[in-house]
Amino acid sequence: MTSISRDEVAHLAHLARLDLGAEELDHYASQLDVILQAVARISEVTADDIPAMSHPVPMTNVFREDVVTASLNRADVLSMAPAVEDDRFKVPRILDEE
Amino acid sequence: MSQTTYVPFEQALKVYEPVFGLETHVELGTKSKMWCGCSTDFGADANTQVCPVCLGLPGSMPVVNRVAVESTIRIGLALNCSIATWCRFARKNYFYPDMPKDYQISQYDEPLCFDGYLDVTVETPEGPQVVRVEIERVHMEEDTGKLTHAGGATGRIHGADYSLVDYNRAGIPLIEIVTKPVSGTGALAPAVARAYVSELRDVMRALGVSDVRMEEGSLRCDVNLSLNRPGEQWGTRSETKNVNSLRSVERAVRSEIERQASVLDLGDRVIQETRHFHEDTGRSTSGRSKEQAEDYRYFPEPDLVPVAPSDAWVEQLRSTMPEMPSVKRARLQAEWNINEFELASLVNAGALDLVEASIAAGVDSVAARKWWTGELLRVANDTGVELADLQVSPGQIREIEELIALGALNDKLARQVFEGIIHGEGDVASVIAARGLAVVSDDTALLAAIDQALSAQPDVADKIRSGKVQAAGAIVGAVMKSTKGQADAAKVRILLLERLGVSE
Ligand SMILES: [Zn+2]
Repeated sequence: MTSISRDEVAHLAHLARLDLGAEELDHYASQLDVILQAVARISEVTADDIPAMSHPVPMTNVFREDVVTASLNRADVLSMAPAVEDDRFKVPRILDEE
Repeated sequence: MSQTTYVPFEQALKVYEPVFGLETHVELGTKSKMWCGCSTDFGADANTQVCPVCLGLPGSMPVVNRVAVESTIRIGLALNCSIATWCRFARKNYFYPDMPKDYQISQYDEPLCFDGYLDVTVETPEGPQVVRVEIERVHMEEDTGKLTHAGGATGRIHGADYSLVDYNRAGIPLIEIVTKPVSGTGALAPAVARAYVSELRDVMRALGVSDVRMEEGSLRCDVNLSLNRPGEQWGTRSETKNVNSLRSVERAVRSEIERQASVLDLGDRVIQETRHFHEDTGRSTSGRSKEQAEDYRYFPEPDLVPVAPSDAWVEQLRSTMPEMPSVKRARLQAEWNINEFELASLVNAGALDLVEASIAAGVDSVAARKWWTGELLRVANDTGVELADLQVSPGQIREIEELIALGALNDKLARQVFEGIIHGEGDVASVIAARGLAVVSDDTALLAAIDQALSAQPDVADKIRSGKVQAAGAIVGAVMKSTKGQADAAKVRILLLERLGVSE
């Protein structure tokens, strides 16, 4: 039976750059565990001859032609940024990365 | 922490065998981005080529660029790959501000093209050697935004705690070409790696799918490398990123062989890690530890339906394939009747297509090769640009050659015409007019110059009169000097001998 450990939740929180405290980790670990166990019931009825489905509609090859269309107005774009400098999005530097 | 003593390359190869692999990213030259209609033009003002799709705004939906898929299939065909009959895109999740969606759409275990090869030629002391580099996969993804860390191009200001992001590049179609591990090349490994990237670049150019300018980042390489002792299992590999020129590919392989050999010689273990290559030092430094693939939590991209190229589509694309560079080189070598070394010098200079185009424009084959690998290459090297970027056209070379044939220009003057063209002084006629470069063909003017030279050197004049014709060179030289090189030396010599009543 699937279950998610507190360490796994802590790892996922790190990947998503979420700062979770000890209590929050316990809280989410138990909640996620319930969700995973509910979803895991599906695996009880699947068989090897049924491929995993990723797309509910049997369509392929949906393309657009290589044509340039209008982009957004920059002032509008930058108005959504938390901070702006030099016409660019100003973001916190991620530590230990180039 | 920092490794300062490296085992010399030759010594490392006496003990260890290198195994390397290359991951090459190529930005496609489509007009619009991979999933949206934003322009891909290089050099636009920051954040002017963005829209809800490439900014990852809620509710926006990507749609695949048909030409990007076609270009990828053509790349796969050029690299002798099988083309998938059905494949999906995948979400690669990671949290970093270069991707506003917090994921990159890529392909995971279902690449569009797989199992190919590219034959490359390397020079060895025993002559050219062909090495087959096997291709693991060619897959489609999107480029990321460009981050500038506070502190500018040279690095960050100490203590600066922010970065600036331009999303113009986010969503530009990116192709990743991954080789299988290349083993058994020994001391040739750096040269094979370089030759592979160089050949790959030529293939992309021939296909017309990318401008493959390494200096603009439209072709970028990561080098995976490990060492092992003969007969032993392959060692732990490192991944060197940021290898962005042909010279750097060669240096990165060489440097990593030396570095790992020094680690192993001390009895230490090579760490599986990402390293960053530095152009200035030719060495790499340790980066963050490699994230495991599972940390990316790949899953099938729900917003894009699978791509399923039909046989008919693939065959139609196959019919658009141009002559491959290796085939073209062999053909031109035969057509121009040149040896391997002459061919290699043309290829290394990046002159092959330019010479071919010049000949097509009507320039004699010997003259075309002479200008492109002589004067023009010298200027390109002196100014640090590619030959193709000199802005000299095949038509201009033909015009200049025609003027030389008419006696209106000589080689020395022609070089000045090229200089004028390269400096943006206009076309051939305007440069000649503005710089006053026409050969002096007026006999009266030449005779006046000859008389002046004779009276300045009466002893030489006497020698020539007495039959020492070889002394004529001094007078011809003086005339060429006084006419600033704008006379035809052969004609000056004839006029001089006539003047003195001497025959050869
Ligand atoms: Zn866009």
